[in-house]
Amino acid sequence: MSQVAVKKETAKPLLSVNNVEVVYDEVIQVLRGVSLDVPEGEIVTLLGPNGAGKSTTLKAISGLLKTEKGEVTRGDITFMGERIDRKNAEDVVRSGMFQVMEGRRIIEDMTSLENLKLGAYTRNDKHINQDIEMVYNYFPRLKERTGLAGYLSGGEQQMLAIGRALMARPKMICLDEPSMGLSPLLVKEVFEIIGKINRDQGITMLLVEQNANYAIKAADYGYIMESGKIVLDGTKEQLLSNEDVKEFYLGGGNEERKSFKNLKSYKRRKRWL
Amino acid sequence: MNFELLIQLIINGLIVGLLYGVVAMCFVLVYKSTQVVNFAQGEFLLIGAWVCWAFLIYAELPFIVGFFLTLFFMAGFGVLLQMIVLRPMIGEPIISVIMITIGLSMFFQSLMKWIFGVDPQSYPQVFETQSFEIYGLNVEVAYLMSTGIALLIMVAFFLFFKYSKHGLAMRATAFDQQVAQSLGISVKSVFAMSWGIAATVSATAGIVIGLVNGVSDSLSVMGIKVFPAVILGGLDSIIGAIVGGLIIGVLENVAEFFDSQYFHIGNMYDIAPFYVLLIILWFKPYGLFGTKDIERI
Repeated sequence: MSQVAVKKETAKPLLSVNNVEVVYDEVIQVLRGVSLDVPEGEIVTLLGPNGAGKSTTLKAISGLLKTEKGEVTRGDITFMGERIDRKNAEDVVRSGMFQVMEGRRIIEDMTSLENLKLGAYTRNDKHINQDIEMVYNYFPRLKERTGLAGYLSGGEQQMLAIGRALMARPKMICLDEPSMGLSPLLVKEVFEIIGKINRDQGITMLLVEQNANYAIKAADYGYIMESGKIVLDGTKEQLLSNEDVKEFYLGGGNEERKSFKNLKSYKRRKRWL
Repeated sequence: MNFELLIQLIINGLIVGLLYGVVAMCFVLVYKSTQVVNFAQGEFLLIGAWVCWAFLIYAELPFIVGFFLTLFFMAGFGVLLQMIVLRPMIGEPIISVIMITIGLSMFFQSLMKWIFGVDPQSYPQVFETQSFEIYGLNVEVAYLMSTGIALLIMVAFFLFFKYSKHGLAMRATAFDQQVAQSLGISVKSVFAMSWGIAATVSATAGIVIGLVNGVSDSLSVMGIKVFPAVILGGLDSIIGAIVGGLIIGVLENVAEFFDSQYFHIGNMYDIAPFYVLLIILWFKPYGLFGTKDIERI
């Protein structure tokens, strides 16, 4: 807990999640007091095993929780100095926060161009066509694929999902497992583009990942979540050099702990809290 | 065999079929974007036709003014109906929602009878010429106008759903409501919009039919006639709705022709579409263009 308590004190963060608890269906508690900060212009990653509550944290931020009978019962979420935990999903998007949901979730019976146009739904300015060109610059492959988006490959669909997020001209993008189901080569490509977008556009990113290796390297700061709590956080360097992170998330650690004989110790150490 | 009469009837069928297609399209629009089976679809035609009639007769407005006023009225009517009656039903079992729309249908039919009486009324003369001849075929101006309006509505639907921001948003909502919300689309306003559009467009069809046949209770029968068309085409296909409408329109006229010439069973005009519906559903349970996994009702 001590590591959590000593939070990085910088200027006021763009997004700040404070002690948030989330309950689904009025009985199932998924988040048990999650706190995290995302400073402006940075990439922050949120790691953890299946069922830790990473996606729930993102949905609490983006307001999509309400579409799944989930509710923020305690704590608050502030984005650009404004409380967003009670807002509807569409109002959160309008305030400049865009979530790319897990599993890409593109509109499969529309073309990729129509998907991109939908990304700009909340905008009323005249620069939408310009931005479509910008997305094509990041993802030249999308321009060639004029058919239905449902026929795109997994990697192309992920690119389309990220491109669609860019079309909203958000201040911040929450990415839920962009590497899911992609080949290692594509994962590398997607992460490179995420870093590039962050640098070029100054878009702040909160990146939920299972692929810890890539995610930590792409990020400035990271949080690790288990069973609905943040159990560890630190800068990229701190996380990469942490023995527990190495062992549980990066598949490294010293040989002794990896061996079968020490399985008991592994099991005991498997959870921080 | 009287070929000239047959051709005339087929053309009539196509003209009426286009209107069926328009109404069926509205039905599909509401079903696709809000998952509501609207049994009160026919009442939209009825209300639209009566309201326009009232504008022309009581307020003595010129036809075009009354027509557009009716469209505005119906847009608001559809939106309010969704907001007040159907919004609280979101997430309720489909059977409850169906009961609600059947109730609405009865309510509005009775309401129209209460306000405007039970006698059919005819519209004032709108066109100067009634009909003219092309290649020996008798063409009524009203029919020509109805065809023009139906085609115009179909093209407008196509452009709206292909290019406009709100059309795309409606398609996105029909595909996946959660994704739509994540894009900043308000699902509530999409629902209201689709009811507004369905009411407005159906009212247009109601007025067009009213111009030809007069306004009466039989307009709401269109709501039932549209069922064979919609189910024939597949509940969730807009193209299917148009094709289904045309098939039903031609079918009832051809059936009537053969019946009057040879079989003399009577009343084939109304019954034939439903026979064909049965046969088609026998072989293609999801309709001609329907998606396989849609819910049966």
